[in-house]
Amino acid sequence: MVVAKRRSRTGYLLLFPGMTWLAIFFAIPFVTLFMTSLQEPVPGKMGKYQAGFQLSNYTNAMAEYWPQFLRSFIYAGIATLLALVIAYPLAYFIAMKGGKWRPLLLVLVIAPSFASFLLRTYAWRTILADEGPITSFFNALHLLPDDRILNTGIAVVAGLTYNFLPFMILPLYAALEKIDPRLIEASSDLYSSAVATFRKITWPLSLPGVVAGTLLTFIPAAGDYINAELLGSTKDRMIGNVIQTNFIEFRDYPTASALSFVLMAAILVMVFTYIRRAGTEDLL
Amino acid sequence: MAGAIKQVEDLHLLNLTKKFGDVAAVDDLTLTIPAGSFFALLGASGCGKTTTLRMVAGLEDPTSGTINIGSKDITNLRAFQRPVNTVFQSYALFPHLDIFENVAFGLRRRGIKDVKTPVNQMLELVELSAMARRKPTQLSGGQQQRVAVARALINEPDVLLLDEPLGALDLKLRRQMQIELKRIQREVGTTFVHVTHDQEEAMTMADTVAIMNVGRIEQLGNPADIYELPKTVFVANFLGQSNLINGTAQGRSGDDILVVAYGQTYVVPAARSSATSDSMIVGVRPEKMTVLDAPDGHRAPESHNKISGRVTDVSYAGVSTQYLVRTPWDQELTVFEQNVIVGDRCSVGDEVLLHWAPEHTFGLENLGG
Repeated sequence: MVVAKRRSRTGYLLLFPGMTWLAIFFAIPFVTLFMTSLQEPVPGKMGKYQAGFQLSNYTNAMAEYWPQFLRSFIYAGIATLLALVIAYPLAYFIAMKGGKWRPLLLVLVIAPSFASFLLRTYAWRTILADEGPITSFFNALHLLPDDRILNTGIAVVAGLTYNFLPFMILPLYAALEKIDPRLIEASSDLYSSAVATFRKITWPLSLPGVVAGTLLTFIPAAGDYINAELLGSTKDRMIGNVIQTNFIEFRDYPTASALSFVLMAAILVMVFTYIRRAGTEDLL
Repeated sequence: MAGAIKQVEDLHLLNLTKKFGDVAAVDDLTLTIPAGSFFALLGASGCGKTTTLRMVAGLEDPTSGTINIGSKDITNLRAFQRPVNTVFQSYALFPHLDIFENVAFGLRRRGIKDVKTPVNQMLELVELSAMARRKPTQLSGGQQQRVAVARALINEPDVLLLDEPLGALDLKLRRQMQIELKRIQREVGTTFVHVTHDQEEAMTMADTVAIMNVGRIEQLGNPADIYELPKTVFVANFLGQSNLINGTAQGRSGDDILVVAYGQTYVVPAARSSATSDSMIVGVRPEKMTVLDAPDGHRAPESHNKISGRVTDVSYAGVSTQYLVRTPWDQELTVFEQNVIVGDRCSVGDEVLLHWAPEHTFGLENLGG
């Protein structure tokens, strides 16, 4: 009994640093944020707020900024899909055919992250510049509605896709790499063509990676503001930009906090629905 | 299974060769595996037995040679086009599908709509009906093994390939599954080609055993025949144990070859010798020899081959006792004696006489020089 008790105390001791960290840097700010989101203005003093229970902060914020919310989820959704389409074949190739080059190829996937996020996003301004080769190419084919890419939604989605691609590749790689090659052989032994083997074996077994990758891409992309700031116009602003402006420029802390809360809640609901839906496939 | 009587045909391998770089894993192998037989490819790891199996399955392309089933050449067919199914080492069951769907997999891929009846029949055959909706990880090793067999057999292949199918099981379960697999083979009548490194497994299960070594077949036949009359030094040592003595043929006496080794003459029936030159090896299995205390040496029959020596080790193993006997020329021989004698056994240091009947002697070509 004594031993069992000591053991359980060891467990708490091990938990202590992590729990303290979470309390100070997550739980307390979370509560503060929630309280801020309900504050009311101090009458007569611009930019001053006091504790309150002003639920209209939420309704007003939503009424005013729902288009940016919607746009955020649409952009993040498209970027996630594009990242999946680009990352899956790449991760598949590295995992299945990479052989001894695998570690090098993985380093190449992560290598761009060694340069600053901001810097890389700035670089996309040059890549997608109005007179640049990519814009000229698509213009020659008359494929661009505004005759440009930079400062449009396309540029924002391109930036999001690029910036969060490694978060899609790595979990996909981890899932694909785990698949026992004998399962592929067993499938082809059991009358599956390459396509049938992919549909019935490889894809279902890689689903945990797909779920992890899409979440790791979608969640930060939905809250991102740098891509919209640097690559989009004012018409392409995402909810991250709205929160940032409200906080830094308008000093409207309650509205910014309320928006942050709604964003968090919306993402949580989406993530749980998604996991539940994917979960019916019974992920191993 | 589906009730139809299936016309099974022989599997022919013709000059089959597989090279990895410069190394021939399988070297000019020609072999016919009769329809409906339980055939074992036995050999140490790296002898080419698994590569042979994988070429038949279509998972490995031969460097040269052909594979036929009956008169049909399947060498260039892809794995999924061949009338052959495999039970993989460590089973390779699909972890995301339940047992029913694992077994139904092959039928569904071939577009068969009504899978329920055959799958249930198959699960009954391997006695796993109650497990149909479980996932593979929820089953024991022996049960997973049976699912792997069911998943392959349901497709009624011309040939069922088994790659070390019992390797992952513990000894007791392995014995049980050996009997089980034989029963299933008898019931379905499909040709089973079984790859193993376990000689006892090969001997107890197979009608025909082929012993492979460095990409070639050393000897092929009924397990008892191979054991009683090995044709090469490798087989004599790989399948069971043998005492081998280097000697020189000095002439014949009727149907026997007289071989002189270390001053002693041994009688080897000419029909039991595969030697082609005078430099040859006299062989005998340990359990064919009898141990006599040196003073009782005169009790050995006149016609028997004899060796004298000194006991260096005695290990009692219940059913039998194993003696190690050192000969005057410092070779250690092994003798198994059934524990049927009442009274004293020989002990370490005793001078003894070993003797055995010429009919139990075999002659081998001396390749070592």
